[in-house]
Amino acid sequence: MYKYDSYDQQMVDTRVAEFRDQVRRRLSGDLTEEQFRPLRLQNGLYLQLHAYMLRVAVPYGTLNSAQMKVLGDIADKYDRGYGHFTTRQNIQYNWIKLEDTPDILADLAAVEMHAIQTSGNCIRNISSDQYAGAAADEIVDPRPYAELLRQWSSFHPEFLTLPRKFKIAVIASETDRAAMRLHDIGIKMVKNAAGEIGAQFYVGGGMGRTPMIGPMIKEFVPLDHLITYSEACLRVYNRYGRRDNKYKARIKILVHELGKDEYTRQVEEELAHLLTMGIEPPIAELERIKQYFTDPAFEADASDDLDLSDPDFRLWVERNTHAHKQAGYVIANVSLKPVGGIPGDATADQIRLMAQLAKDYSFDELRVTHAQNIVFPHVKKADLYTLWKALDEAGIGTANLDTVGDIIACPGLDYCSLANARSIPVAQKISERFGSSEKQAEIGELKLKISGCINACGHHHAGHIGILGVDKKGVENYQLLLGGCEGADTSLGKITGPGFDENGIVDAVEKATEVYLSNKQDGERFLDTYRRIGMDPFKEAIYG
Amino acid sequence: MVDVQFRFREDEAVNDSAVTVDAFTEQTNATAVRIEPGDDARALLPFLDRLRLIEVNFPAWTDGRGYSSARVLREAGFTGEIRAVGDVVIDMLSHLKRCGFDAFAPDKPLNPADAQNAFDRWDNVYQATADGRQPIWALRHQS
Repeated sequence: MYKYDSYDQQMVDTRVAEFRDQVRRRLSGDLTEEQFRPLRLQNGLYLQLHAYMLRVAVPYGTLNSAQMKVLGDIADKYDRGYGHFTTRQNIQYNWIKLEDTPDILADLAAVEMHAIQTSGNCIRNISSDQYAGAAADEIVDPRPYAELLRQWSSFHPEFLTLPRKFKIAVIASETDRAAMRLHDIGIKMVKNAAGEIGAQFYVGGGMGRTPMIGPMIKEFVPLDHLITYSEACLRVYNRYGRRDNKYKARIKILVHELGKDEYTRQVEEELAHLLTMGIEPPIAELERIKQYFTDPAFEADASDDLDLSDPDFRLWVERNTHAHKQAGYVIANVSLKPVGGIPGDATADQIRLMAQLAKDYSFDELRVTHAQNIVFPHVKKADLYTLWKALDEAGIGTANLDTVGDIIACPGLDYCSLANARSIPVAQKISERFGSSEKQAEIGELKLKISGCINACGHHHAGHIGILGVDKKGVENYQLLLGGCEGADTSLGKITGPGFDENGIVDAVEKATEVYLSNKQDGERFLDTYRRIGMDPFKEAIYG
Repeated sequence: MVDVQFRFREDEAVNDSAVTVDAFTEQTNATAVRIEPGDDARALLPFLDRLRLIEVNFPAWTDGRGYSSARVLREAGFTGEIRAVGDVVIDMLSHLKRCGFDAFAPDKPLNPADAQNAFDRWDNVYQATADGRQPIWALRHQS
């Protein structure tokens, strides 16, 4: 994975000094909270319901064991012994003291980490495929391009006070594991007829209160235009994105109001101009970055044999592992969704254990997924049982990846100052209702996503089953959506009808799964059955 | 008129009073103009050779359109003064400078020591912008 050189290190060290100075000016009263707010947000520091929350960047979801260990140590030293992995492949801490934050940033900088632009109206942490460099179906490893974009977007002076936040994802396979088309810019690395690698640009996707699937605006951007094209996209947005209404300020609204063709025309005009400005790093820079993403030293003759005589292990292997491009190896997913647990939370000890296991069994590498789980990308099959045993003993060996128990949920009203309803208790109740592995195995793949308000941090629009918490005259109320999907066949969920209270929504989810089980045909997932039979049978069962 | 607090130019101070972009395009003898966030800086490009000063107003520092305006002007070869006016705060200074601003007239004068720290903050930068600094990628690949 990428290693900082002295320049990268100097940049994060300088940021620590800058933020330390900003905190000093805030504590001395030179800055009011109102003035400080945009500054702290650009460092991922939120003021939540009970305390400051700090969001730490995990660029494109990749980290090494030393970094993971520090994330565990921070949870102990500055928080209450746990951290929360997020849908942006980041981690956040919920009980932070303002005066500690410069020291936390310094601890992070010591292992080449930071909290730069994890919030605020700027270009956020760039997300990617959690199986990058390990899955067989990718055209190239998307992460070098994401790293090039990370450096370009870090402290970009023109784009730090955009109309609204800006999220970029980079993928490189047909199977989209990063919800690419639900980003402000989604980039898919592709190969053209001549066999050259380039970037396909999708602009104006997003969730939030106006969900939109990003249209493709450019089929093939050559690699020596990648940064310039991105800059053109951003400049048009910075100039014309709406600033009169924060709910209409995302680029999806601009692209929608201008129309894809007019937006694209303006980008092309800006591109033609910017290409004469010499802002594109040389291809040699991309080559330099690529050296850090070469394959680890796989054993060429590693065995594909797996002893599956332990039934619990067998279930976990079936559910939580994914084929690796290298024979004898496998991609292993750690579900941070134990039955009744808080989705995405891990204790300091669990985080440090995963760090150690990555060192011992996964070439020192881990990934964070947008589904709030952790991945060991390169595990030798011969080591898999030992790895799972260690996870299971620590309470994170649950076999439920992509099932109804593997819930994405935002922090909701338990923490978040924007939320209308709690998300975590609903996730816990659903997880308990479907607790047994047998039941979950019978239902199979079912992505359930919960947001505690219409900002959609829990991705409810993209859930096969989505739940949206709203405030109904002072009472928490939950709407049910069906048929959303991220990935190559992205679709947005539709609301079934009137909402439910906390217990009612759990019942409604169960009824939806019953409709699926009684209607499913061979090999159909929940989503497939829904797409075939439509909303009506579900409505009937839920409201009938 | 608010005083210029920081200026990074050798030439004589410009004190011409700035007119709006609309007024400027009709008033052929003006030598200074003020760009508001909603103005398109490209409207000025045909007239750059007779402008000595372009003020870019920031009614609120969190509205970042002025950064693009300044870069567009520099990219078109404007060598006159580009002055940031309005709600200009410490933490913008280095970014404004990188986008081509070379004079700063904040509504509220800034603490000089904090401002100096801000101007000097970044020894290196990741992007090629309008200030002529070599970005990190260029330093990495110097032959």
